[in-house]
Amino acid sequence: MNWAWLHKLASPPHAYRIAGNLVPWFAWPAGVLLVLGLYGGLVLAPPDYLQGDAFRIVYVHAPAAWLSMAAYATMAVAAAIGLVWRIKLAHAAAAAAAPIGASFTVLALATGAIWGKPTWGTWWVWDARLTSELILLFLYAGVMALRGSIDDRDRADRASAVLAIVGVVNLPIIHYSVYWWNTLHQPSTLTKIAKPSMAGDMLWPLLTMMLAFTLFFAVVLLVRLRAEILQRERNASWLRMELAR
Amino acid sequence: MSEFVRMGGYAAYVWPSFALAAVVLAWNVIAARRLLATARERAQGRAIAGQGAP
Repeated sequence: MNWAWLHKLASPPHAYRIAGNLVPWFAWPAGVLLVLGLYGGLVLAPPDYLQGDAFRIVYVHAPAAWLSMAAYATMAVAAAIGLVWRIKLAHAAAAAAAPIGASFTVLALATGAIWGKPTWGTWWVWDARLTSELILLFLYAGVMALRGSIDDRDRADRASAVLAIVGVVNLPIIHYSVYWWNTLHQPSTLTKIAKPSMAGDMLWPLLTMMLAFTLFFAVVLLVRLRAEILQRERNASWLRMELAR
Repeated sequence: MSEFVRMGGYAAYVWPSFALAAVVLAWNVIAARRLLATARERAQGRAIAGQGAP
């Protein structure tokens, strides 16, 4: 098989330009879906028969929680590609994904705590779902701290990649925690799209918000990836041409 | 309208959640843009510095 196209794609000048061109294609749909999802979730969806209007927190909490895990998976896959095939662009993508994922983990934990107060009567419990999500935040922090503590870029890439890959173990634990243990956290609303435990007029805004958050992640990842490429690039000739534009 | 703002008595929980989400989204945009701008500036400096080198 001819992999020349892949190497061309993964070359810094190409990746830098393509990432820049892709940004608006993700940013506009993300913005439109965000507005649509907010309107659907805050205005059109009826209050929950049990939780009243407090349930609306789900429209930011669940997309944030989903993204906290999706960003981690993205980071770990990129790190593994970088480690196995020694593609520097993959390490750059892993470095770009970490702070985004960490910020959405914080959002998931914070909105979860706010939601917990009126529904469970407490901001925090050490149950399996909450604890494993907190461990996810520590994993992000560990990966970023490890990268920051090593001056040599290649060694920093490899060391943080190993930690990111080992931490993947936590993802299924977060997902299945509500089934494996008797948690206070409610089970997933959406595990099976075919049979979701949510009415349609509540469900579509949630799916819209999740898609909007995912596209938003792609936008921020692309911008951060461009910055990473510039930081790592030592070849002045294409930089001069690119920056002159 | 006030009914909407009251959120069935859960306003103190619903609105801070959405405000936090807005803060996190805004931080992501601002931090990423700032990072790219800084990287461009530094790369520009390197490109100029490297001009005389063989």
